[in-house]
Amino acid sequence: MHIVVCIKQVPDSAQIRVHPVTNTIMRQGVPAIVNPYDLFALEEALRLKDRFGGRVTVLCMGPPQAEDSLRKCVSFGADDAILVTDRAFAGADTLATSYALASAIRQIGREQAVDLVFTGKQTVDGDTAQVGPGIAKRLGLQLLTYVSRIVELDMDAKKIVIERRAEGGVQVLRTAVPCLITMLENTNELRFASMPSMINAARVPIRRWNKDDAGIEDIEKIGLKGSPTVVSKVFGPTPRTEKAEMLAVEESSLRDVSLNLIQRLFTRHPGLEQQLLERSDA
Amino acid sequence: MKEKFDAIVVGAGPAGNAAAYTLAKAGLSVLQIERGEYPGSKNVQGAILYSDALEKMIPDFREDAPLERHVIEQRQWVLSKDSYVGAHYRSDAFNHEPYNRYTIIRAQFDKWFSSKVREAGALVICETTVDHLIMDGEQVVGVQCDREHGDVYADVVILADGVNSVLARKAGFHGEIEAANVALAVKEILFMPEETIQERFNIGEEEGVVIEMIGSITDGMMGTGFLYTNKESLTIGVGCMLSDFKTSPNRTSPYAMLEQMKRHPSIAPLIAGGEMKEYCAHLIPEGGYRAVPKVAGNGWMIAGDSGGFVNAVHREGSNLAMTTGRVAAETYIEARAAGKPMTEATLRAYPEKLKNSFVMKDLHKYRDMPQIFHHNKQFFTTYPDLVNDAARTMLTVDGVDKKTKEKAVMSSFRKARGLPGMFGDAFKFWRAVR
Ligand SMILES: Cc1cc2nc3c(=O)[nH]c(=O)nc-3n(C[C@H](O)[C@H](O)[C@H](O)COP(=O)(O)OP(=O)(O)OC[C@H]3O[C@@H](n4cnc5c(N)ncnc54)[C@H](O)[C@@H]3O)c2cc1C
Repeated sequence: MHIVVCIKQVPDSAQIRVHPVTNTIMRQGVPAIVNPYDLFALEEALRLKDRFGGRVTVLCMGPPQAEDSLRKCVSFGADDAILVTDRAFAGADTLATSYALASAIRQIGREQAVDLVFTGKQTVDGDTAQVGPGIAKRLGLQLLTYVSRIVELDMDAKKIVIERRAEGGVQVLRTAVPCLITMLENTNELRFASMPSMINAARVPIRRWNKDDAGIEDIEKIGLKGSPTVVSKVFGPTPRTEKAEMLAVEESSLRDVSLNLIQRLFTRHPGLEQQLLERSDA
Repeated sequence: MKEKFDAIVVGAGPAGNAAAYTLAKAGLSVLQIERGEYPGSKNVQGAILYSDALEKMIPDFREDAPLERHVIEQRQWVLSKDSYVGAHYRSDAFNHEPYNRYTIIRAQFDKWFSSKVREAGALVICETTVDHLIMDGEQVVGVQCDREHGDVYADVVILADGVNSVLARKAGFHGEIEAANVALAVKEILFMPEETIQERFNIGEEEGVVIEMIGSITDGMMGTGFLYTNKESLTIGVGCMLSDFKTSPNRTSPYAMLEQMKRHPSIAPLIAGGEMKEYCAHLIPEGGYRAVPKVAGNGWMIAGDSGGFVNAVHREGSNLAMTTGRVAAETYIEARAAGKPMTEATLRAYPEKLKNSFVMKDLHKYRDMPQIFHHNKQFFTTYPDLVNDAARTMLTVDGVDKKTKEKAVMSSFRKARGLPGMFGDAFKFWRAVR
C-alpha cells in the first residue's frame, strides 16, 4: 500500500502578531510549523502503514525552508519526503495549489501507484479547506472530508469504510479505493518519535522537485497566474474594549439580580441614569 | 543499532552552535541535540552580538545573518530615584563597515546560526533532552536522551547546555551553582515603529544605541539595567544577583523591579507607547574567574554559560560562548589528528588554550570584582545618589555661590561615607577594575 500525505508549512498561529500600526501580520520571527491539522492525517496514514504495511510519502509545496516540516514528518515515520518548490509556484491560491499538488501526486504514482491520499481538514493560515477536495477532483479520486475514523480498509476488494462528521451527526460511508481523505482534528494522537528515527530524519535527503519534476503541464495554471482569487480587503475584527462581567445569580432573587444589573449599567455608562431621568421627566 | 558519532554537542545556543559548526566544517560526524522546539526557542531575548567571535568562524556572516542595528552609541547612566548622570560615547567610526557590535533577536539569530551548522553537515535534533551522560568507567562515551532507544555514542561530548548545567552536576563535574554566583535577569521586548525609535534615540536607519544603567533601579542590590534598540523594538531589562533577591529587605521581585525601572522618569519617555512582545527571565553566571569549574575531563568538555564563561562587567556572554565552543572543537580536532586518546590529559589542552585567549585574560582581570561588589553595596546605592545630588546642586541656579555648593557636595560625600570610607571605596573600585 502506498499513502501520500500532503502537508503544509504554516506560521505558528499561536505566536503570530498583528502589526499595531499597519494591521498586517508580522511573520518575521514567527516559527514555522507543520499545519497542526495535517499531523492528524499523517498519524492516521502511519497507523494504516503499521497495520497493512507499505509506504508513506509526505508531499509539500512551499519554499525551501519547508524542508524542516518534511523532516519532522519523517521523524514520525514517513518513508519518503518530497518538497515541490519553484519560484513559478509563488502566489498560488487554493486552485493553483491543488493543481500543482495533483500533478505531483500523479508523478509520485508513476514511481509507485498511490492508494490513498491524506490531507488535513484545512490549514490554520488559510482556513479554506479547499485544497484536499481540489486534488481529489483533479485526480478523479473519491472524496471523503472530515473523516473521524477509518472503520475498515480492504485492499483486496479496494473498499474503505469510514465515519465522517456531518451536520447533526456521524455518517458512515463506504467507497472505493483509491480515494482522498481529509482528516478531522483530535481523532488520533501523534506518536512520539524515537531517537533513531530523529537521527534518520536529520540525515535523510529530502527530494526537491521543481515544476518540471512535478510534471506541471500547463504553467498558466500554477502560481499567481493560475490563481483567480483576489483579496479585496483585509481588516481585523474590532476588538472588544470592555470585558464581560458575570453576575452571580444563584443565591440572589430575581429582583436583586435586576437591581444589581441596572446598578452596573449605570456605573459603566456614566450619564445614562441622568439621561433616562431627563427623558422620563420630559 | 548503536549509533556512534565523532562528537556529540549538547545544546544549540552560541556555544553549541560554534562547536558543532567547527567540528562539521572539519568533516567530522557531529550530532547536536537541543531540547527546545528549535534552536533559539529558549532564547527569545534581544541581545548584543559582538562580531569578532562569529567572524572567526563565519567571516561573511553579515550577508545573511538576521542583524537588527549596528551600535553607534553607548550611554552609561548612573541613576537615582528621579534622575541620572550619564556619559555617552558616540562615534562615526562605529558607522563604518565592518561594524563591531549589533543588536540581535536571539530567537532569530540562533536559528540562523543553526542553519549554518546544518549546511556544514552536522545532524541537528531538536525537542530532545539529554538526560544523562553515558559513562564507561571514568570515560564519557555518549549521552542518553529522553526518547525511545535514546542512547547515542561519541568519541567526545561537548556540553554547551547553558547556565546551571544539570548534566555536569549529575555527572559530578560541578557542584550546585551558588546563588551568589548567578544573576537573575528579566527582560522584555517592546514593539515600537522604526521611525519612532530613530527619532527618540537620535539615530538613522540601521543605527543603534545601547544604554547601560546602574543605581537606584536595582533597589540596593548588585546589578545593572540595560536598554537596546532593535529594528522595530526595544529590549529592556534588569538583572541582579540571585542571592540579593533572596535577601532583599523589600522582597522585590525581578518583575516588579523591571516594572519600576520602566516607570523611571528618565526611561519612561523612551519606551512610551511600546507594546510588549515578549517577556522572559534567565540566569546569567556571573561568578567570574573564580567560579569557572573544571571544563575538561575524560571524553568531555564544557563550553559557554555551562562553564561560567561570562564577563559580567562588559555584559559579554555570547562571544565567550562562541569562542569557548570553537576552541573546544578545535582541541578535539587537533587531538584526533594527532591520534591521541580522548582522556583528561589530552583534553586539558582546551583550558590551556583558553588561558591564552581573551576569555580567561578578561575574566582574570575582573577576578575580584564579584566579591568586592557583593560586600560593598554602596556602589549601587549611596554613590549613584550622591553623584546625582551633586549634579543637581551644581546645576540649580538659586543665588547660592558655587564655592558654597562645592562644599555642600563634598560634605555630603563625607557624611555618607567618611573620608577613610571614600578612600577605601576608591581603592576597592580600583582593585575591582584594574
Ligand atoms: C537577560 C540576559 C541578557 C544578556 N545579554 C547579552 C548580550 O547582550 N550580549 C551577550 O553577548 N550575552 C548576553 N547574555 C549572555 C548570553 O545570553 C549567554 O552568555 C549565551 O547565551 C551563552 O550561550 P550558551 O550557548 O552557553 O548557552 P545558551 O544560549 O543558554 O544555550 C544552551 C542551550 O542548551 C539547551 N539545553 C540545555 N540543557 C539541555 C539538555 N539537557 N539537553 C538538550 N539541550 C539542552 C538549551 O535549551 C539552550 O538552547 C545575556 C543573558 C541574559 C540572561
